[in-house]
Amino acid sequence: MALFTLQNLQLSGIAACVPSKEVNNMDYKWISLKEREQLIKTIGVEKRRVVEKGTTTSDMCQVAADKLIEELNWDKSEIEVLVFVSQTRDYYIPQTSSILQDKLGLPQSCIALDIALGCSGYVYGLSVIGGLLNSFGLKKGLLLVGDISSLNAAYRDKSTHPLFGDAGTATAIEIKDGAKPIPFNLQGDGSGHKAIIIPDGGLRNFLSKKSLDYKTVSPGIQRSKLHIHLDGIEVFNFSLREVVPNIKTLLSYHNETLDNIDHIVFHQANKLINETLRKMLRVDKSKMPLSIQKFGNTSSASIPLTIVSELKETIKGKDSRLLLSAFGIGLSWGSTIIQTNNMVIPDIIEYTKPSKR
Amino acid sequence: MNTIEDFILKIESEFDELEPGKLKPESSFREMFDWNSINALVLIAMVKTEYDVVINADDLTKAKTVNDVFKIITSRIK
Repeated sequence: MALFTLQNLQLSGIAACVPSKEVNNMDYKWISLKEREQLIKTIGVEKRRVVEKGTTTSDMCQVAADKLIEELNWDKSEIEVLVFVSQTRDYYIPQTSSILQDKLGLPQSCIALDIALGCSGYVYGLSVIGGLLNSFGLKKGLLLVGDISSLNAAYRDKSTHPLFGDAGTATAIEIKDGAKPIPFNLQGDGSGHKAIIIPDGGLRNFLSKKSLDYKTVSPGIQRSKLHIHLDGIEVFNFSLREVVPNIKTLLSYHNETLDNIDHIVFHQANKLINETLRKMLRVDKSKMPLSIQKFGNTSSASIPLTIVSELKETIKGKDSRLLLSAFGIGLSWGSTIIQTNNMVIPDIIEYTKPSKR
Repeated sequence: MNTIEDFILKIESEFDELEPGKLKPESSFREMFDWNSINALVLIAMVKTEYDVVINADDLTKAKTVNDVFKIITSRIK
């Protein structure tokens, strides 16, 4: 079991960037008005931010990173590692982290690498960058996490289109002697890899003319094999089965109880999942922030985005203890406990496509 | 209290559009209200929180009546 603790790490700041374009699910005319109302009430997504064509995850991560570096007053030449976590990269090849290293003006001595994880990506990403800093003897790192899943969802698929929103985030991490230990519990089950999948266009199933054909899967669901497929019930049951035991194992491993946790920040999967998990853990609503009503499910970005959007004011100047729990595509899931000691959190940034010169 | 009556009360409190008293053990839950995948998720969530039992897509396909679902739940209660 991947249960481990990282020492001497401080999360110095988190920034989040979302597209300026907002869509309201009440305007989603593919389904009836009654269905739209039920969707907003149960799944919880009222509004979403979606990118304009041509904007990528890395564009938003870059803006978030620049803002964060500025507010932290970090010297870019001191950043020794950049980890980019996303399933929506700029290109098939090369890796996006190298593009970001260049665009952000980071030194050539900075390690840059991509991690292709989705919903679980923030928690996994924290563990990887924390592990690299510690074991390689580095001082400062940038974790850039985000997705633009809206582009992968078919408009005529009511199970995905109204769910996903886009966002890019940046988290600054540095070595700080004496910082509180950060425990992790990471798990996975690849036998469930088909629960959330884009079947064609990779190397297993090459892109072909047939990949583009729309098929009616069930009422209200028409999509091609280049669109994201989501087995809602399967993912729902997986979440209800695995997330709470994962958290409980982490707590007992770290000799911790939920009473000592100020906030639990879940991946914003959908409101019904998150509310059910909250009830299973028997925690109060005030302890579990939700941002899904404003931004939808933003995949890997949902945890940092929720911290910036919902907790910024609450944790300002405090040393709050946050339990983060992420779960989804892979299947892959994990949890961790972080401290917000003096964390720098700029206001949410809205991304507007730069006009062509 | 694991009775079918109690189960029906729990369903009624989850689904606003259900008229109280209309749902019977022999009712086909698909016909009782506009059955869709979101309603399926709401039912699964309720069963998990109230009974700590997981019902899956297969169960919901096989079960015809409210009583069928209830039987699946009671057979899985630890």
